[in-house]
Amino acid sequence: MYDVNDLPSLPVYEWDRAKKRAFLDAELSALTDWHAARCPEYARMRDAWPARGEGFEALPFLPVRLFKELTLKSVPDEALHRTMTSSGTTGQQVSRIYLDRETSALQSKVLSRIIGEFLGKQRLPMIILDTSAVIKNRAMFSARGAGILGFSMFARDKVFALDENMALDREGLEAFLEKHGGEDIFLFGFTFMIWQHFVARLRETGYHPDLSRGVLVHGGGWKKLADQQISTERFKRELRETCGLTRVHNYYGMVEQTGTIYMECEHGHLHAPVWSDVTIRRPGDFSVADVGETGLIQVSSVLPRSYPGHVLLTEDEGRILGEDDCPCGRKGKYFEILGRVKRAEVRGCSDTYEQK
Amino acid sequence: MTNLEKYVKAFSEALEVPESDVPALKYGESDQWDSVGHMTLIAALEDAFDIMVDMDDIIDLSSFEKGKEILRKYDVEI
Repeated sequence: MYDVNDLPSLPVYEWDRAKKRAFLDAELSALTDWHAARCPEYARMRDAWPARGEGFEALPFLPVRLFKELTLKSVPDEALHRTMTSSGTTGQQVSRIYLDRETSALQSKVLSRIIGEFLGKQRLPMIILDTSAVIKNRAMFSARGAGILGFSMFARDKVFALDENMALDREGLEAFLEKHGGEDIFLFGFTFMIWQHFVARLRETGYHPDLSRGVLVHGGGWKKLADQQISTERFKRELRETCGLTRVHNYYGMVEQTGTIYMECEHGHLHAPVWSDVTIRRPGDFSVADVGETGLIQVSSVLPRSYPGHVLLTEDEGRILGEDDCPCGRKGKYFEILGRVKRAEVRGCSDTYEQK
Repeated sequence: MTNLEKYVKAFSEALEVPESDVPALKYGESDQWDSVGHMTLIAALEDAFDIMVDMDDIIDLSSFEKGKEILRKYDVEI
């Protein structure tokens, strides 16, 4: 396995298929042994796993919901640094992801490398397109708050666009933009919040700040926007019209694999960075789908060491658009998300577990 | 004020802990020095010494002692 200190310095989007697969095969297979030796629940599932496919795609993929049902960790309690939780959209139980210092720092470093590819190395002034209330109450710390804080590392001066009552903080924004006139600005927010609160307020109030020097990174899923029939094109068009923002990058990521996010390039494609990959599986038999074929998204990441979450089957559907040949020049697979599986019944591993 | 005094004061004010408790602090081991506190602390250190800390150093600044080592890279001797 790679030394954790060397992992973050790998080139983010340079390795071609052959080189990346060799790396992932070796690294993910070593991680599988690592977790099997430290997490008895994982070892049971691994042992019962019918190996199919090749290389890292033959490794056991755990359904993400398993982290809601089981305590899966590969470090002793005293090494735990923090536990990340997410409820997902269906509610009920929350996922619990156990982080030690090492994995936590690795996640932050890798995230900073990926974001650096889009923002540059400098820490920029940052506008958070959300309410300041989201990080005020530490006891009620949500995934939203954690996301905002994680991304705040890339900033050196920050302002929230919305006040605690979700109203536009126009005065605050004006002062901030005046202070940082002529500088590039990093904007971050969650897709739905941006649409529902920021863009809507700009339209209502007629206040059109000049954010043409901004780079927006947004994530959190399209589900709510898709329900309202809002397309990516419309989202981008409204941002351009209300505040002149043209550099807009969506990202796909999940709390179960924090750090290795998939960023949208200038051509609208989501890209796998060197540390992670997407595999599309056919819902019927979980075999690996072809390029262009829609199926369930498996995400693999070489970062998780404190919990066995290096190979996961999500409840999202998507398809691979290509590999190594995106017009943006980035190597690796690029893909698109097509939504969430209607009534996700992704079992397999948890069935295996119950047989123990 | 000496650099050490400024350094301790930044920790104490950013993390809202008495100055006497500051030298033993480690990231994640107290309620105050969580991820929110961490960004407040970085901002306080940047203001106090008029520096801009790189992202990697922000991530690595995990204790009171480690912070001194990191600030040395920015020509701040504590």
